[in-house]
Amino acid sequence: MANVPEDLHYSKDHEWVRVEGDQAIIGITDYAQNSLGDVVYVELPKAEEEFAANEPFGSVESVKAVSEVFTPIAGTVVTINEALADEPESVNTDPYGGGWMIRLKMANRGEVDSLLTAAEYEDFTKAESE
Amino acid sequence: MVDFGGWDMPVQYPAGTIEEHLRTRRHAGLFDVSHMGEIDVKGTDAITFVNRLTSNDVTKLVDGQAQYSALTTPKGTVIDDLLVYRLAADHLLLVVNASTTEKDWEWIKSHHAGESVELNNVSADYCQLALQGPDAQSILEKLTDLPLSEIKYYHFTHGSVDGVAGIVSRTGYTGEDGFEVYAPADRAEQLWNKILDVGQTGTPTGVLSCGLAARNTLRLEAGMALYGNDIDDTTTLFEANLGWICKLDKGDFTGREALAQQKQEGVKRKLAGFEVTERGIARDHQEVVVDGNRVGQVTSGSPAPFLKKNIGLAYVPAEYATVGQEIQIDVRGRLVGAQIVKTPFYKRQK
Repeated sequence: MANVPEDLHYSKDHEWVRVEGDQAIIGITDYAQNSLGDVVYVELPKAEEEFAANEPFGSVESVKAVSEVFTPIAGTVVTINEALADEPESVNTDPYGGGWMIRLKMANRGEVDSLLTAAEYEDFTKAESE
Repeated sequence: MVDFGGWDMPVQYPAGTIEEHLRTRRHAGLFDVSHMGEIDVKGTDAITFVNRLTSNDVTKLVDGQAQYSALTTPKGTVIDDLLVYRLAADHLLLVVNASTTEKDWEWIKSHHAGESVELNNVSADYCQLALQGPDAQSILEKLTDLPLSEIKYYHFTHGSVDGVAGIVSRTGYTGEDGFEVYAPADRAEQLWNKILDVGQTGTPTGVLSCGLAARNTLRLEAGMALYGNDIDDTTTLFEANLGWICKLDKGDFTGREALAQQKQEGVKRKLAGFEVTERGIARDHQEVVVDGNRVGQVTSGSPAPFLKKNIGLAYVPAEYATVGQEIQIDVRGRLVGAQIVKTPFYKRQK
């Protein structure tokens, strides 16, 4: 059973969002990392890059495939997780902690409210696996 | 699970591709390769018939020996790469790729021009399991009385594995020592489960079942071509670095004239191995750039789990196909540095 922390917001593309004031931290979910397999490479944007909601901000690569990662909300990149350059496997071992990808200054604080709750995301993944 | 040449196959098992790859290099990996095709050629003209359609010299084989070869077009390009097994002077077994089995079968049948041969597509009759790695022999020894240590590389014998009569061949697609077992299709599950069991799968040094992703990373590290990627009917044997299976002196075969001419004139492009030297992973179909010019294409690109590098094969103009040549790969819009290296990328210690 995949882990789905209660205190986060989720997207149907399997990203999670943690809100801290007017900033949001984004990564991919446990369900996503499990589907991908061993992550060998993560491509992240640079600080100050701007993204609209649902725009791809980077990519995650397994041995076999490249997957784009999307930001569920609009914002400007504050920092990225540099540690993923040397330890991309953190996305697998700690998707909600050490596997975080980018920190955004949110363009629109209200956007997170239209994301999925933990319960809704869990239902969504159950339906997807069927 | 994905569709591979019409077969439903796993990309990886729960251990994951990297672990499957490393376990095969260090101990043993088990691959279900029953998707491969088998074409049986019987009759007094079996050898001359197959020799006429393939590039390697079938007459050099003895009973119980196999060779890597290619079915060629009149242009000297590749219809398929395959193994030719000599069971007897009047009996050959051709083992071909899954995605090309039908194509090969039609080609072979259509070229039957009165030779005394009986052709049969026996793909559905066979299953094939590949047990690869330094522990492969000691694992398989538990299931057979065959003197496995006496079977030389690219040789095979008939015998029983776990009471199932079949062919045991010291061949493989990983660059490790190992065996491929050909058996009746309905015994596949029995053999699969038994090998995993005696090979102590589930222990840290036991055999691991391996999927398509590990099969690909293993063969790429070993510098082995994948039909459809590195070779196809637009690539000649010399362009593809397969001159070593092209025996122009053996006599006539399909494409011999075109190949002889190319040998004389030289190739314009060559398949070369490269290592990515900057951050990034090169992938299939990405373009090769030299001095700002798009000059070629990656045919196979992937991380190499054992070498801990990102590697690939690409067709480049012959003048750039030298070890040390610096190139760039267009990785989704970003130019990433790479360097031509010698292949195979990995060679097992003997």
